[in-house]
Amino acid sequence: MPLLENGHPVEDTWRYAVEGEALGAGDVIVPFDRLSEGLGRAEGRLGVILPNSESVSVLKEALPKLAVIVVTFPIFRDGRAFSQARALREHLHFTGEVRASGHILPDQYEFLIRCGVNTVEVSGNTDMAAWERALHHFTIATQPSPVLDEKPTGFGLRRFLATP
Amino acid sequence: MSTETMTRAEAAPAVLPVGRYGYDQVDRTFLRERIEQFRDQVNRRIAGDLTEEEFKPLRLMNGLYLQLHAYMLRVAVPYGTLGSKQVRALARIAREFDKGYGHFTTRQNIQFNWIKLEDTVAALEVLAEADMHAIQTSGNCIRNITSDEFAGAAKDELLDPRVHAEILRQWSTLHPEFTFLPRKFKFAISGSPHDRVVARFHDIGLIARPGPHGRPVFEVFVGGGLGRTPLVGVSLRDDLPEEDLLAYMEAILRVYNAHGRRDNIYKARIKILVQALGTDEFRRQVEEEFAAMDRARYRIEPALVEAIKARFGAPDFAPEGNAAAVLAEDRRRDVRFDAWVRTNTHEHKAPGYISLVVSLKPAGGIPGDATAEQLDLLADLADEFSFGELRVTHLQNVVLGHVRQDQLHTVWQRLSQAGLGTANVNFITDIVACPGLDYCALANARSIPIAQKLSSRFADLELQREIGDLRINISGCINACGHHHAAHLGILGVDKRGQEAFQITLGGSGEEDASIGQILGPAMAEDETVDAVARLIDLYLVRRENGERFLDTYRRVGTAAFKDVVYAPA
Ligand code: HEM
Ligand code: SF4
Repeated sequence: MPLLENGHPVEDTWRYAVEGEALGAGDVIVPFDRLSEGLGRAEGRLGVILPNSESVSVLKEALPKLAVIVVTFPIFRDGRAFSQARALREHLHFTGEVRASGHILPDQYEFLIRCGVNTVEVSGNTDMAAWERALHHFTIATQPSPVLDEKPTGFGLRRFLATP
Repeated sequence: MSTETMTRAEAAPAVLPVGRYGYDQVDRTFLRERIEQFRDQVNRRIAGDLTEEEFKPLRLMNGLYLQLHAYMLRVAVPYGTLGSKQVRALARIAREFDKGYGHFTTRQNIQFNWIKLEDTVAALEVLAEADMHAIQTSGNCIRNITSDEFAGAAKDELLDPRVHAEILRQWSTLHPEFTFLPRKFKFAISGSPHDRVVARFHDIGLIARPGPHGRPVFEVFVGGGLGRTPLVGVSLRDDLPEEDLLAYMEAILRVYNAHGRRDNIYKARIKILVQALGTDEFRRQVEEEFAAMDRARYRIEPALVEAIKARFGAPDFAPEGNAAAVLAEDRRRDVRFDAWVRTNTHEHKAPGYISLVVSLKPAGGIPGDATAEQLDLLADLADEFSFGELRVTHLQNVVLGHVRQDQLHTVWQRLSQAGLGTANVNFITDIVACPGLDYCALANARSIPIAQKLSSRFADLELQREIGDLRINISGCINACGHHHAAHLGILGVDKRGQEAFQITLGGSGEEDASIGQILGPAMAEDETVDAVARLIDLYLVRRENGERFLDTYRRVGTAAFKDVVYAPA
């Protein structure tokens, strides 16, 4: 599954834990219910999938040991993960990779970034150009992002968006 | 981009629009970008890159519905305020892309019922030329923010709420966190203690008043709503300082986004969450989020409010002179004019001025409909007599906010010549009705024909004056777009074994004494319903005591007597 960063495909060096198999060595992303197993592992970096029904506070203890947190969209209309991503940055001050996965539309890309997501898993047959365009549709936002330092335009709530 | 360094003076147009925020190049660029995004979405849909399921919420967030016969485009009227140029753009859309009509709605927007998909982008371009759009007039996001139709004009107003409505509009437009909520989300804001915005029936209702240090404070109502579970909103707090307005709104929406039901569309509104948690627990969760926020990032500094306010044109009121005396004389000379002034005007805070309500409810008419010609006339009148500004009311009428009292007679004559001079505001024929089965894909029954029949039945103005204030609202299904629950006399269209039928509710109010109408009994056919309403009115006229409104009599007398005349006619 291609991974996008700043509108471009990047190499994904992480693998997902396989159900019923040991985690092994290397960088691995575990489901939430295998978090303690992952934390107990001696080597390799750790990522976790945060179910969109959980509060981000469940990751508080584990946070220093996490390099990736995956927020999930079972369906693109379910916007809980936007709030989760924002809370990971704003409340937990998480500085690692926040990755979005699941059913996501290019039209949501800018929102994800402005909530603090930095990588997005997209499906293999997706039109990459649409994602690239999505990042450039808007040069202006009409509210401050709680997690990015966007530059005010002079007055009002409007912000110039950083173009990557 | 040069706008980055542009000073406010450079950005300010020569003349700012009165009563609403004046766009500059930055705002216009944003709208153009939005149109290009929508064009791209339409193209991707046509190319098959977007499924209809994926396209639907995207087009809805651009106000485009697929209705029974055609696409319907809902245009946003932020806080209900329009400029004359904008009204002419709406007239043009009515002419070029619709069948010559626009329909004003209960959320202060305007809808066009006969738009072709392939014309939509062109229509959006016409709107954009007039600094208008259809963003977030539908979809599971924060919808158009409604406000008082007499904002900035009413004598009883403590604070013009439109500046804060504009702040909320900007903040909520394509908000990254709140554009895919569990369900639609509706705000209303007022700066008057007299609730003319139905604040208590909104997801969030805000009542502003001046606070200490000269900055506004807000009472925050949450979890009101109509639809299949009508509920009066609860007051979450009474003293929200202006600087925390956005922080607190974000806190509420975050709790809702995280915990609102997504498994059942009928239980997805915030009102259900507030009920499920209880007000205290809901408030606790909001306060917890609020306390955890980095509030400095959200703070609205007075300077920001003032900067936005500075982009609102203010009317330059002329001295009072003898305007009031002229009006008094005009009223003495012309009885019909006098009757109209009594019903269709509202006291203005500036001496010598008055606000007038243009009734879009002529006898037998379709509530809220305006023709392209009427829209053009309204634009002309706004230019000549009301600083180029007019407002849409949630009761589907139009308001000219600031008319000189000595010019009122002239304005009334011009309105009357165009069939817009009906003296029935707040009377029994000032009916609110949703589009119903004539247009709406969700309807069980037609709302418009029964509204027309009632309007014709009670057309006699003498009789209407005798009956006095009486609010009838009609919805074509339980979704309650016509606010029937909040009506003194509500009518709900239902499906009775494949036949259109109507239920009557009594005793609702959308104002500060907010209450939900009680269902009187089984549904009836259209004509029976009209007859039943007539009997209800007769009973009221017999039973009322000194100056009581219909609602007062109903509340005093109780349901039983009213039920008897409807179901056991003598
Ligand atoms: C013509 C197409 C329309 C459709 C398909 C539609 C759909 C709906 C639905 C499904 C609901 C129930 C929402 C819920 O309770 O969660 C609803 C409620 C409502 N709609 Fe509409 N509607 C339409 C037209 C209108 C119009 C013209 C207005 C006026 C602007 C309007 C205003 C409202 C209001 C005020 C409510 C009650 C909201 C509440 O519960 O607080 N709708 N509509
Ligand atoms: S109340 Fe029902 S019939 Fe009327 S507009 Fe709303 S959804 Fe349609």
